[in-house]
Amino acid sequence: MTQVAIIDSGGANITSLLSAFERLDVTPELTADADKIRGAARVVLPGVGAARDAMSRLTTSNLVDVIRDLSQPVLGICLGMQLLCERSEEDNVECLGIIPGVARKLSVADAFPVPNMGWCATRPTAPHPILDGIESGDHFYFVHSYAIPESEHTIATASHAEPFSAMLGKENFVAAQFHPERSSQAGARILSNFLEWTV
Amino acid sequence: MVGDILDLAARYRDEGADELVFYDITASPDDRTVDRSWVSRVSRLLDIPFCVAGGIKSIADAEDVLNKGADKISINSPALANPDLIGQLATRFGTQCVVIGIDSKTQDGDWLVYQYTGDPEKTQAAQRRTLDWVREVQERGAGEIVLNCMNQDGVRQGYDCTQLAAVRAVCDIPLIASGGAGAREHFLSVFEEAHVDGALAASVFHSAEIPIPQLKHYLAENQVEIRL
Repeated sequence: MTQVAIIDSGGANITSLLSAFERLDVTPELTADADKIRGAARVVLPGVGAARDAMSRLTTSNLVDVIRDLSQPVLGICLGMQLLCERSEEDNVECLGIIPGVARKLSVADAFPVPNMGWCATRPTAPHPILDGIESGDHFYFVHSYAIPESEHTIATASHAEPFSAMLGKENFVAAQFHPERSSQAGARILSNFLEWTV
Repeated sequence: MVGDILDLAARYRDEGADELVFYDITASPDDRTVDRSWVSRVSRLLDIPFCVAGGIKSIADAEDVLNKGADKISINSPALANPDLIGQLATRFGTQCVVIGIDSKTQDGDWLVYQYTGDPEKTQAAQRRTLDWVREVQERGAGEIVLNCMNQDGVRQGYDCTQLAAVRAVCDIPLIASGGAGAREHFLSVFEEAHVDGALAASVFHSAEIPIPQLKHYLAENQVEIRL
């Protein structure tokens, strides 16, 4: 059985994510094959680029219902987090609708350029196994122009011009707006927690 | 050579650098591209973001670098030669990948853009005002600007806070200061006076004259929001 399947949504920058798992002695399989994804112990939905492109690639690969029906631990990263939600304001595209929430454009304000690119202090707001060992004020690396506002499914928050969900959790789905694969030791901790999480 | 790059990358990672930029400043003048085999190896090693600069002239060049694991690509002279490239890269890879490097010189009471600065014999004025070019690259889809203030570069007398503050005023995307770092106080001033999003330095870190951990603690003690 595949231990970790990374859903191949066609984004360019998967190398860093593969390497991050390899540093934890896990070799994930990058795949768009429905059976492999269903059969994997854990699934990661990454994503770079635009929401509409990513959703149309998932639709073309017949993966929309496959992802909705997964019952093993699933981690969405960056755009992958937004795809797990209901909708994105970016091109006003319908997403997977697994976690309630709509990705909204970050507001531009003095001292808060968009995209938000850089290290942001992050604060856990609800207990969750994915956050084991993460302390309030730990920094993670963010690269995004859209974000999910805080909601009942928020498990960690960060702030740009306004607060937003740094992580969401609902049942077997968790999601990170930041890039754990580029967030140094704190990011590695999130990935290793994910590898140990049982639902 | 590659071994040296990897050793340096690992050292900076362990010292707490927040991002690394790998420059091949000779790439554009010599009309060649970077040897990219090292990009994959650096990517496997690093758990912080990194950017590759030098010789990226096309979508294919950029794709190669990003597929090898770089988080961003930085273009400078090729963007001046072909400004449409900025929009093409942003459309294909997203604005967050597209860093525009600008070499700027104070001259006749204005700030002017220079190109091919990797080679003193080929360095020439780009016939553009810096503030105009900053506005234009944003409109074309740049996701970040690294402003290298040439008058300051290599002299270690501090960042050009006046110029950086003027650029900040017309720049709604992340702005990184470059050129002039010689003491930890210079980093503090550029964050306080020019409100930049990041400060880039090379020689003072290479020589360990300013150790990164001490610098970051100093900045944190002075209320700069920074990862420790």
